[in-house]
Amino acid sequence: MIPPFETFYELHRDEIHRFLLRRLGRERAEDAFQETFLRALRAYPRLEHGAHLRAWVFTIASRIVVDDARRRRPQGELPELVTEDGLPAFEELAPLTDDLPPKERAAVVLRYGYDLTYDEIGAALGSTESAARQAASAGVRRLRKEQQ
Amino acid sequence: MSISTDIDERFRAAAAAEGLLDVAYDVFDDTAVGPLLVGVTDRGVCRITFDPEPERELELLARLYGPRVLRASRPVDRLHRELEEYLAGRRRSFDVEPDLRVQPDFYKRVLAELALVEYGETTTYGALAARSGNPRAARAVGTVMNRNPVPIVLPCHRVVGANGSLTGYGGGLHRKELLLRLEGALL
Repeated sequence: MIPPFETFYELHRDEIHRFLLRRLGRERAEDAFQETFLRALRAYPRLEHGAHLRAWVFTIASRIVVDDARRRRPQGELPELVTEDGLPAFEELAPLTDDLPPKERAAVVLRYGYDLTYDEIGAALGSTESAARQAASAGVRRLRKEQQ
Repeated sequence: MSISTDIDERFRAAAAAEGLLDVAYDVFDDTAVGPLLVGVTDRGVCRITFDPEPERELELLARLYGPRVLRASRPVDRLHRELEEYLAGRRRSFDVEPDLRVQPDFYKRVLAELALVEYGETTTYGALAARSGNPRAARAVGTVMNRNPVPIVLPCHRVVGANGSLTGYGGGLHRKELLLRLEGALL
Protein backbone atom coordinates (compact mmCIF):
# COMPACT_ATOMS: atom_id res chain seq x y z
CA MET A 1 0.00 0.00 0.00
CA ILE A 2 1.37 3.40 -0.99
CA PRO A 3 1.02 6.02 1.77
CA PRO A 4 -1.01 9.17 1.06
CA PHE A 5 1.24 11.61 -0.80
CA GLU A 6 1.00 14.10 2.08
CA THR A 7 2.62 11.59 4.45
CA PHE A 8 5.41 10.81 1.98
CA TYR A 9 5.96 14.50 1.25
CA GLU A 10 6.09 15.57 4.92
CA LEU A 11 8.54 12.79 5.68
CA HIS A 12 11.05 13.66 2.95
CA ARG A 13 10.66 17.34 2.02
CA ASP A 14 13.23 18.67 4.51
CA GLU A 15 16.02 16.25 3.68
CA ILE A 16 15.42 16.61 -0.07
CA HIS A 17 15.59 20.36 0.28
CA ARG A 18 18.82 20.13 2.30
CA PHE A 19 20.33 17.82 -0.34
CA LEU A 20 19.38 20.23 -3.16
CA LEU A 21 20.66 23.22 -1.19
CA ARG A 22 24.07 21.59 -0.85
CA ARG A 23 24.22 20.68 -4.51
CA LEU A 24 22.69 23.72 -6.15
CA GLY A 25 22.63 26.68 -3.79
CA ARG A 26 19.59 28.46 -2.46
CA GLU A 27 18.09 29.90 -5.60
CA ARG A 28 18.27 26.88 -7.89
CA ALA A 29 17.41 24.52 -5.04
CA GLU A 30 14.00 26.08 -4.79
CA ASP A 31 13.05 25.31 -8.40
CA ALA A 32 14.63 21.87 -8.19
CA PHE A 33 12.58 21.16 -5.06
CA GLN A 34 9.33 21.97 -6.88
CA GLU A 35 10.38 19.88 -9.82
CA THR A 36 11.40 16.91 -7.67
CA PHE A 37 8.07 16.65 -5.90
CA LEU A 38 6.00 17.44 -8.99
CA ARG A 39 7.75 14.59 -10.82
CA ALA A 40 7.21 12.35 -7.81
CA LEU A 41 3.53 13.31 -7.76
CA ARG A 42 3.12 12.55 -11.49
CA ALA A 43 4.67 9.11 -11.09
CA TYR A 44 3.10 8.34 -7.71
CA PRO A 45 -0.04 6.47 -8.86
CA ARG A 46 2.12 4.10 -10.92
CA LEU A 47 4.16 2.93 -7.91
CA GLU A 48 3.40 -0.64 -7.05
CA HIS A 49 4.32 -0.50 -3.40
CA GLY A 50 5.47 1.90 -0.73
CA ALA A 51 8.91 0.37 -0.17
CA HIS A 52 12.10 2.29 -1.03
CA LEU A 53 10.28 5.62 -1.31
CA ARG A 54 13.20 7.50 0.21
CA ALA A 55 15.71 6.12 -2.28
CA TRP A 56 13.19 6.72 -5.04
CA VAL A 57 12.71 10.43 -4.28
CA PHE A 58 16.47 10.92 -3.89
CA THR A 59 16.91 9.32 -7.30
CA ILE A 60 14.50 11.85 -8.77
CA ALA A 61 16.26 14.74 -7.02
CA SER A 62 19.68 13.48 -8.16
CA ARG A 63 18.50 13.27 -11.73
CA ILE A 64 17.33 16.87 -11.57
CA VAL A 65 20.72 17.91 -10.17
CA VAL A 66 22.47 16.09 -13.04
CA ASP A 67 20.16 17.72 -15.61
CA ASP A 68 20.79 21.10 -14.03
CA ALA A 69 24.55 20.60 -14.19
CA ARG A 70 24.36 19.48 -17.83
CA ARG A 71 22.50 22.59 -18.79
CA ARG A 72 25.01 24.81 -17.06
CA ARG A 73 28.34 23.31 -17.96
CA PRO A 74 29.91 23.14 -21.41
CA GLN A 75 29.43 19.86 -23.26
CA GLY A 76 31.89 17.10 -22.55
CA GLU A 77 32.68 18.01 -19.00
CA LEU A 78 30.28 15.47 -17.56
CA PRO A 79 30.30 11.78 -18.34
CA GLU A 80 27.66 10.77 -20.86
CA LEU A 81 25.02 8.71 -19.15
CA VAL A 82 23.44 7.23 -22.25
CA THR A 83 24.33 3.62 -22.97
CA GLU A 84 24.70 2.00 -26.38
CA ASP A 85 21.08 1.06 -26.91
CA GLY A 86 20.02 4.58 -26.09
CA LEU A 87 18.49 3.93 -22.69
CA PRO A 88 19.85 6.17 -19.93
CA ALA A 89 21.94 4.11 -17.55
CA PHE A 90 19.66 4.72 -14.59
CA GLU A 91 16.68 3.29 -16.44
CA GLU A 92 18.60 0.15 -17.26
CA LEU A 93 19.75 -0.18 -13.69
CA ALA A 94 16.41 0.36 -12.02
CA PRO A 95 14.78 -3.00 -12.89
CA LEU A 96 18.03 -4.93 -12.34
CA THR A 97 18.38 -3.61 -8.82
CA ASP A 98 14.77 -4.18 -7.79
CA ASP A 99 15.59 -6.92 -5.31
CA LEU A 100 18.41 -5.15 -3.50
CA PRO A 101 17.89 -3.76 0.00
CA PRO A 102 16.84 -0.10 -0.35
CA LYS A 103 20.08 1.48 0.78
CA GLU A 104 22.24 -0.71 -1.45
CA ARG A 105 19.89 -0.16 -4.35
CA ALA A 106 19.99 3.60 -3.96
CA ALA A 107 23.79 3.58 -3.66
CA VAL A 108 24.21 1.42 -6.79
CA VAL A 109 21.77 3.46 -8.86
CA LEU A 110 23.19 6.81 -7.74
CA ARG A 111 26.78 5.67 -8.29
CA TYR A 112 26.50 3.80 -11.57
CA GLY A 113 23.30 5.26 -12.98
CA TYR A 114 23.83 8.91 -12.10
CA ASP A 115 27.57 8.97 -11.63
CA LEU A 116 27.38 10.74 -8.29
CA THR A 117 30.45 10.64 -6.06
CA TYR A 118 30.34 8.65 -2.81
CA ASP A 119 30.41 11.90 -0.96
CA GLU A 120 27.26 13.05 -2.74
CA ILE A 121 25.58 9.70 -2.31
CA GLY A 122 26.33 9.83 1.40
CA ALA A 123 24.62 13.20 1.52
CA ALA A 124 21.65 11.94 -0.49
CA LEU A 125 21.14 8.99 1.81
CA GLY A 126 21.71 10.93 5.00
CA SER A 127 24.81 8.91 5.87
CA THR A 128 28.54 9.17 5.22
CA GLU A 129 30.86 8.79 2.28
CA SER A 130 32.27 5.51 3.57
CA ALA A 131 28.82 4.08 4.33
CA ALA A 132 27.78 4.95 0.76
CA ARG A 133 30.89 3.26 -0.61
CA GLN A 134 30.17 0.16 1.45
CA ALA A 135 26.50 0.05 0.42
CA ALA A 136 27.36 0.35 -3.27
CA SER A 137 29.95 -2.39 -3.17
CA ALA A 138 27.70 -4.66 -1.11
CA GLY A 139 24.98 -4.06 -3.71
CA VAL A 140 27.29 -4.91 -6.58
CA ARG A 141 28.48 -8.09 -4.82
CA ARG A 142 24.88 -9.12 -4.28
CA LEU A 143 24.01 -8.45 -7.92
CA ARG A 144 26.98 -10.55 -9.06
CA LYS A 145 25.85 -13.39 -6.84
CA GLU A 146 22.33 -13.18 -8.26
CA GLN A 147 23.68 -13.29 -11.80
CA GLN A 148 25.40 -16.59 -11.18
CA MET B 1 16.22 22.71 9.28
CA SER B 2 12.67 22.74 7.92
CA ILE B 3 11.77 24.17 4.56
CA SER B 4 10.21 27.61 4.51
CA THR B 5 6.46 28.03 4.34
CA ASP B 6 6.92 29.81 1.00
CA ILE B 7 8.58 26.86 -0.68
CA ASP B 8 6.09 24.47 0.85
CA GLU B 9 3.02 26.48 -0.18
CA ARG B 10 4.44 27.04 -3.66
CA PHE B 11 4.71 23.30 -4.20
CA ARG B 12 1.20 22.66 -2.90
CA ALA B 13 -0.26 25.37 -5.14
CA ALA B 14 1.62 24.04 -8.20
CA ALA B 15 0.46 20.49 -7.52
CA ALA B 16 -3.16 21.62 -7.38
CA ALA B 17 -2.85 23.96 -10.38
CA GLU B 18 -1.45 21.15 -12.53
CA GLY B 19 -4.44 18.97 -11.64
CA LEU B 20 -2.22 16.27 -10.14
CA LEU B 21 -4.25 15.60 -7.00
CA ASP B 22 -6.78 12.86 -6.36
CA VAL B 23 -7.92 14.75 -3.26
CA ALA B 24 -7.00 18.20 -2.00
CA TYR B 25 -7.77 18.56 1.68
CA ASP B 26 -7.44 21.11 4.41
CA VAL B 27 -8.31 21.48 8.07
CA PHE B 28 -10.39 24.47 9.19
CA ASP B 29 -9.47 24.79 12.83
CA ASP B 30 -11.88 27.30 14.23
CA THR B 31 -15.32 27.07 12.68
CA ALA B 32 -18.51 27.54 14.70
CA VAL B 33 -18.80 23.74 14.83
CA GLY B 34 -15.16 23.12 15.80
CA PRO B 35 -12.34 21.77 13.63
CA LEU B 36 -13.36 20.36 10.25
CA LEU B 37 -11.30 18.39 7.77
CA VAL B 38 -12.58 18.83 4.22
CA GLY B 39 -11.62 16.92 1.09
CA VAL B 40 -12.29 18.03 -2.48
CA THR B 41 -11.82 16.18 -5.79
CA ASP B 42 -12.14 17.52 -9.32
CA ARG B 43 -15.81 16.51 -9.10
CA GLY B 44 -16.72 18.15 -5.82
CA VAL B 45 -16.68 17.76 -2.04
CA CYS B 46 -15.98 14.17 -1.04
CA ARG B 47 -15.35 14.54 2.68
CA ILE B 48 -16.22 16.66 5.69
CA THR B 49 -15.18 15.32 9.10
CA PHE B 50 -15.76 16.75 12.57
CA ASP B 51 -12.89 16.55 15.08
CA PRO B 52 -10.66 14.83 12.53
CA GLU B 53 -7.74 12.52 13.16
CA PRO B 54 -5.84 13.58 10.05
CA GLU B 55 -3.67 10.48 9.74
CA ARG B 56 -6.67 8.17 9.64
CA GLU B 57 -8.57 10.46 7.31
CA LEU B 58 -5.72 10.66 4.80
CA GLU B 59 -5.40 6.87 4.70
CA LEU B 60 -9.10 6.60 4.08
CA LEU B 61 -9.12 9.23 1.33
CA ALA B 62 -6.13 7.58 -0.36
CA ARG B 63 -7.85 4.20 -0.30
CA LEU B 64 -11.11 5.56 -1.71
CA TYR B 65 -9.92 8.09 -4.29
CA GLY B 66 -6.23 7.43 -5.01
CA PRO B 67 -2.92 8.07 -3.20
CA ARG B 68 -2.32 11.64 -4.38
CA VAL B 69 -3.84 13.23 -1.30
CA LEU B 70 -2.26 16.57 -0.42
CA ARG B 71 -3.15 19.55 1.75
CA ALA B 72 -3.80 22.48 -0.56
CA SER B 73 -5.81 25.56 0.28
CA ARG B 74 -6.75 26.84 -3.17
CA PRO B 75 -9.04 23.95 -4.23
CA VAL B 76 -10.97 24.10 -0.94
CA ASP B 77 -11.33 27.91 -0.89
CA ARG B 78 -14.84 27.95 -2.25
CA LEU B 79 -16.11 25.31 0.14
CA HIS B 80 -14.43 27.14 3.03
CA ARG B 81 -16.18 30.37 2.09
CA GLU B 82 -19.57 28.68 1.70
CA LEU B 83 -19.23 26.90 5.05
CA GLU B 84 -18.30 30.16 6.80
CA GLU B 85 -21.27 31.92 5.22
CA TYR B 86 -23.64 29.11 6.15
CA LEU B 87 -22.40 28.97 9.74
CA ALA B 88 -22.76 32.75 10.03
CA GLY B 89 -26.38 32.45 8.90
CA ARG B 90 -25.75 34.19 5.56
CA ARG B 91 -26.24 31.16 3.29
CA ARG B 92 -29.13 28.70 3.02
CA SER B 93 -27.84 26.23 0.45
CA PHE B 94 -24.51 25.12 -0.97
CA ASP B 95 -23.34 25.67 -4.54
CA VAL B 96 -20.47 23.18 -4.27
CA GLU B 97 -21.38 19.72 -5.54
CA PRO B 98 -20.91 16.57 -3.47
CA ASP B 99 -18.74 13.83 -5.03
CA LEU B 100 -20.51 10.60 -4.08
CA ARG B 101 -18.94 8.31 -6.69
CA VAL B 102 -17.59 5.78 -4.18
CA GLN B 103 -20.90 5.44 -2.28
CA PRO B 104 -23.02 2.31 -2.75
CA ASP B 105 -26.22 2.77 -4.81
CA PHE B 106 -28.55 2.75 -1.82
CA TYR B 107 -26.45 5.50 -0.18
CA LYS B 108 -26.52 7.54 -3.38
CA ARG B 109 -30.33 7.30 -3.55
CA VAL B 110 -30.83 8.25 0.08
CA LEU B 111 -28.30 11.08 -0.04
CA ALA B 112 -29.91 12.45 -3.22
CA GLU B 113 -33.26 12.61 -1.36
CA LEU B 114 -31.56 14.13 1.66
CA ALA B 115 -30.20 16.92 -0.53
CA LEU B 116 -33.81 17.99 -1.21
CA VAL B 117 -34.65 18.64 2.45
CA GLU B 118 -34.73 22.42 2.67
CA TYR B 119 -33.01 24.81 5.06
CA GLY B 120 -34.97 25.19 8.28
CA GLU B 121 -37.11 22.09 7.60
CA THR B 122 -36.84 18.68 9.20
CA THR B 123 -37.90 15.23 8.08
CA THR B 124 -37.85 11.76 9.68
CA TYR B 125 -35.80 8.66 8.97
CA GLY B 126 -39.01 6.85 7.94
CA ALA B 127 -40.10 9.60 5.55
CA LEU B 128 -36.69 9.71 3.94
CA ALA B 129 -36.74 5.90 3.60
CA ALA B 130 -40.11 6.12 1.87
CA ARG B 131 -38.89 8.78 -0.54
CA SER B 132 -35.84 6.65 -1.32
CA GLY B 133 -38.18 3.84 -2.41
CA ASN B 134 -38.12 1.62 0.67
CA PRO B 135 -40.53 2.72 3.44
CA ARG B 136 -39.34 0.01 5.85
CA ALA B 137 -35.67 1.01 5.64
CA ALA B 138 -35.77 3.72 8.36
CA ARG B 139 -32.99 2.00 10.29
CA ALA B 140 -30.81 1.63 7.18
CA VAL B 141 -31.41 5.32 6.44
CA GLY B 142 -30.18 6.07 9.97
CA THR B 143 -26.96 4.25 9.12
CA VAL B 144 -26.55 6.23 5.90
CA MET B 145 -27.03 9.47 7.86
CA ASN B 146 -24.45 8.36 10.41
CA ARG B 147 -21.96 7.68 7.62
CA ASN B 148 -22.81 10.72 5.50
CA PRO B 149 -19.45 11.59 3.89
CA VAL B 150 -20.28 15.29 3.62
CA PRO B 151 -22.36 16.43 6.62
CA ILE B 152 -23.60 20.05 6.63
CA VAL B 153 -23.41 20.19 2.79
CA LEU B 154 -25.77 17.21 2.71
CA PRO B 155 -27.99 18.11 5.65
CA CYS B 156 -28.34 14.92 7.71
CA HIS B 157 -28.85 17.19 10.73
CA ARG B 158 -32.35 17.86 9.33
CA VAL B 159 -33.39 14.23 9.84
CA VAL B 160 -34.99 13.50 13.23
CA GLY B 161 -36.91 10.70 14.94
CA ALA B 162 -40.63 10.11 14.30
CA ASN B 163 -41.42 11.53 17.75
CA GLY B 164 -39.41 14.67 17.05
CA SER B 165 -36.39 13.69 19.14
CA LEU B 166 -32.99 14.50 17.66
CA THR B 167 -31.99 10.80 17.91
CA GLY B 168 -28.32 10.92 16.85
CA TYR B 169 -25.66 12.66 14.81
CA GLY B 170 -22.29 11.53 13.48
CA GLY B 171 -20.73 14.77 14.70
CA GLY B 172 -22.36 14.60 18.16
CA LEU B 173 -25.86 15.68 19.19
CA HIS B 174 -24.71 19.10 20.40
CA ARG B 175 -23.74 19.95 16.83
CA LYS B 176 -27.04 18.73 15.40
CA GLU B 177 -28.80 20.98 17.89
CA LEU B 178 -26.53 23.92 17.02
CA LEU B 179 -27.19 23.54 13.27
CA LEU B 180 -30.95 23.19 13.71
CA ARG B 181 -31.02 26.27 15.96
CA LEU B 182 -28.94 28.19 13.44
CA GLU B 183 -31.56 27.35 10.79
CA GLY B 184 -34.42 28.27 13.11
CA ALA B 185 -35.78 24.70 13.04
CA LEU B 186 -35.34 24.44 16.82
CA LEU B 187 -36.39 27.10 19.26
